[in-house]
Amino acid sequence: MAHGPSKALLAELASRPGRDTFVSTLIKGMFIALSLLFLAALLFAPLITVFATALSKGFEMYVESFADPDTLAAIRLTLITAAIVVPVNTVFGIAAAWAIAKFEFKGKSILITLIDLPIAVSPVISGLIYVLLFGMQGWFGLWLQEHDISIIFALPGIVLATMFVTFPYVARELIPLMQQLGNDEEEAAITLGAGGLMTFFHVTLPKIRWGLVYGVILCNARAMGEFGAVSVVSGHIRGLTTTMPLHVEILYNEYNFVGAFAVASLLTLLAVVTLIIKSLVEWRTGYSKR
Amino acid sequence: MKPPRLLFASMLSVALLAGCGGAGDSGGNKVTLLNVSYDPTRELYRDFNEDFARDWQQRTGQRVTVKQSHAGSGSQARAVIDGLDADVVTLALAYDINSIQTKGKRLGANWQTRFPANSAPYTSTIVFLVRKGNPKQIHDWPDLVREGVSVVTPNPKTSGGARWNYLAAWGYALHRQLGGDWSKLDDPAAEAQVEEAQAAAAKFVADIFRHAPVLDSGARGSTNTFVQREIGDVLIAWENEALLALRELGPEKVEIVMPSITILAEPPVAVVDTVVDRRGTRQVAEAYLQHLYSDAGQDIVAKHYFRPRNVQVLERHRAQFPAVATFTIDEVFGGWNQAHEQHFADGAVFDQIYRAGGK
Amino acid sequence: MSSSALRQPSILPGFGLTLGFSVFFLCALVLIPLAALVLKTGTMGWRDFLNVLFDPRVLASFRLSFGASFLAATLNAVFGFVIAWTLVRYDFPGRKFIDALIDMPFALPTAVSGIALTAVFAENGWIGQHLAPFGIKVAYTWIGVVVALTLIGLPFVVRSVQPALLEVQRDLEDAAETLGAGRFTIFRRIILPTVLPALLTGFTMAFARGVGEYGSVIFIAGNLPMKTEIAPLLIVIKLEQFDYVGAAAIGFLMLVISFVMLLSINLLQTWGRRRHVAAGR
Repeated sequence: MAHGPSKALLAELASRPGRDTFVSTLIKGMFIALSLLFLAALLFAPLITVFATALSKGFEMYVESFADPDTLAAIRLTLITAAIVVPVNTVFGIAAAWAIAKFEFKGKSILITLIDLPIAVSPVISGLIYVLLFGMQGWFGLWLQEHDISIIFALPGIVLATMFVTFPYVARELIPLMQQLGNDEEEAAITLGAGGLMTFFHVTLPKIRWGLVYGVILCNARAMGEFGAVSVVSGHIRGLTTTMPLHVEILYNEYNFVGAFAVASLLTLLAVVTLIIKSLVEWRTGYSKR
Repeated sequence: MKPPRLLFASMLSVALLAGCGGAGDSGGNKVTLLNVSYDPTRELYRDFNEDFARDWQQRTGQRVTVKQSHAGSGSQARAVIDGLDADVVTLALAYDINSIQTKGKRLGANWQTRFPANSAPYTSTIVFLVRKGNPKQIHDWPDLVREGVSVVTPNPKTSGGARWNYLAAWGYALHRQLGGDWSKLDDPAAEAQVEEAQAAAAKFVADIFRHAPVLDSGARGSTNTFVQREIGDVLIAWENEALLALRELGPEKVEIVMPSITILAEPPVAVVDTVVDRRGTRQVAEAYLQHLYSDAGQDIVAKHYFRPRNVQVLERHRAQFPAVATFTIDEVFGGWNQAHEQHFADGAVFDQIYRAGGK
Repeated sequence: MSSSALRQPSILPGFGLTLGFSVFFLCALVLIPLAALVLKTGTMGWRDFLNVLFDPRVLASFRLSFGASFLAATLNAVFGFVIAWTLVRYDFPGRKFIDALIDMPFALPTAVSGIALTAVFAENGWIGQHLAPFGIKVAYTWIGVVVALTLIGLPFVVRSVQPALLEVQRDLEDAAETLGAGRFTIFRRIILPTVLPALLTGFTMAFARGVGEYGSVIFIAGNLPMKTEIAPLLIVIKLEQFDYVGAAAIGFLMLVISFVMLLSINLLQTWGRRRHVAAGR
């Protein structure tokens, strides 16, 4: 057998007790170093820039930047948007993953690709399509105005554009995972007389929880951070239709770097939420691989 | 388990939100206006709105709240065309309001004659921002194309301010070629000379853009590139932006240079007819824009680094606004629509700069 | 049911319901709005459309957008796997914290990422000043575009690979090793097949996202026509001239190219899985 020295495997072996050879420790160190170096240059450095700027005029100024009513309104709008978008896309993601991963049918690759599509659409276009539909020059524009319904330049437009942009995330996390896991256990449960929902909640869900957690986290992060698409449909009315990312831009353009990066730093708090959610899932399921 | 409850809660919140969607806006003694403007006027209108509200309440007893929307001038015009319910628009160039008129049919064709001075209550010019001490000795337009000078300007395709920059440079070159005589532009006898001058101007402007390492999408982006990232030797900018940058980002870093001749930028304002008629806000919207021309309004304008139209107010702020020779877009370029067609439309002169010059 | 003719029989329930809901939602939220884009493009004549297609500037911007995205997605596939592996298999101080930070490129508004990256990589920035002596310019060049797109796409790969790695059955690895399988064999036969679909998915999504990205790139790219101008910027430029049709045309073109690429990767994966299933189980 060919014994190509697989770094990954050596490294993997290193994590097991009792096999701490010099080489595998070295490889483990290299893996960690490589990861950290890459993340440091690409992720930590910008993040530190954000915090350094936000705190450049002291902690008090940092806290004060959240007292602005427009900032608070932006935070609220972003939270509302995410609260609508994330659950809806989660339900969709689970349904789509179930259909796609558990059954074989024609046109599946096309369906998956169509689900992927919003990721590939430029954010500007994602906003524009709703303008083409609901704008004054668009298909439904006049009808909407006659009935005094505002979609774009109001909350519904922001929600729609955000939903479009974050549409694939949960589904895309779950599909490969569920395909990998196969149907055996579900089939066994059904054969033993369990109902569909019961099978899902007691057999499938525990197996896919990590994919689901990551999918929801990604979807939520993206929903809160989306700028381009929302920018097109928002109308930029201060205190009314500006989300946090838009508000960051406004503050930045006012040379209020502290305020801009302070609001941006608030979005990094999501990392804390991520930590909490993950710990909760680990705790609830008694998950102890690590 | 968790998910169903979460789902239910979210559905409920959707329903609730949908319910409280369109709250009415004019309840008796209260009125709201939406002013859709471009980026550099944020500080100006924050002050001005307060002053107007005070004035309006004194005169009529009615409380007025002016909501503000700021973004790039072109995308703001687009938003209004697409249905953003602006009572008034205060944009960077007349071309954008013209587009609201032609493409959106949201105001009358004569909008530019409805308020004094071309419906532009304040003006600005295009100036240079250089590093402290002017190390590269940049004093006038020709210095921008000297060997080793690097120029920062936003992209004329995406930024209204950048279009003024471009036209200012063009006008300077044209002016020099014509020996300072604008009247030749309309003189059939001088046609050959004008043609030659236009070609020289095109070459000059192309040269400037060849010295530009970055084209930011907006004016403030360029200012940040120049001041924060320390890219380039000279920033071509609105006078009001340059003055603001001086105050906000530090007079110890940069200084302003006034070229020998520059363009008179006239950012126009207009009432959006279809919106004010539907919402019944015409009277207050017109008074709002009219107030920009009042002494108080002009003073606020000057405080925010725009040149007031009122000569007395301008004189009071002379230290800030040195006298400079200017030309207007109507004189030299035949108005915004024509300037746009010739210079900024797809495949027009600006695009050709990069087609010929880019490798 | 008519749907049963299209699919292979299974005893699992819920096919009609979940597929029906998915397709309905897909149509309402994605396909109908995108149809507006296609129809808008349709109002343009063939000649105009071909003019857009073969405009050297459009071609140059497509080359940059697709090329930089591909490079960035490849970088992400390699480093994303390494990071996912490190986070799943190793324990070291700060692991959980770093794990939580992985999503940041999504949560940060793209403009903030762009501004922050530019600040770091400009010639007066923390990293940029150490690269400048070597003649490496990152900000305002195509390298900057790749850097921004790499940051934007990172979470896709890491978050796709992580759950898959968590599911690799260690006892299987152990068993294989006890039976005398070589390390490379274990990696190739057990770990890689489990992770590969997820890795490909991550790569695909990072790539697709990169092609359309605007907000972060615009700050670091320099935006010079023919050189550092990305395709989404051309869309914005068209819109600034109120040329909705032109903007729709470029958007449509990008969409078609992305669709074909995504579809081929997805078909490849379906094919790979079938082969794997046929050979392995």
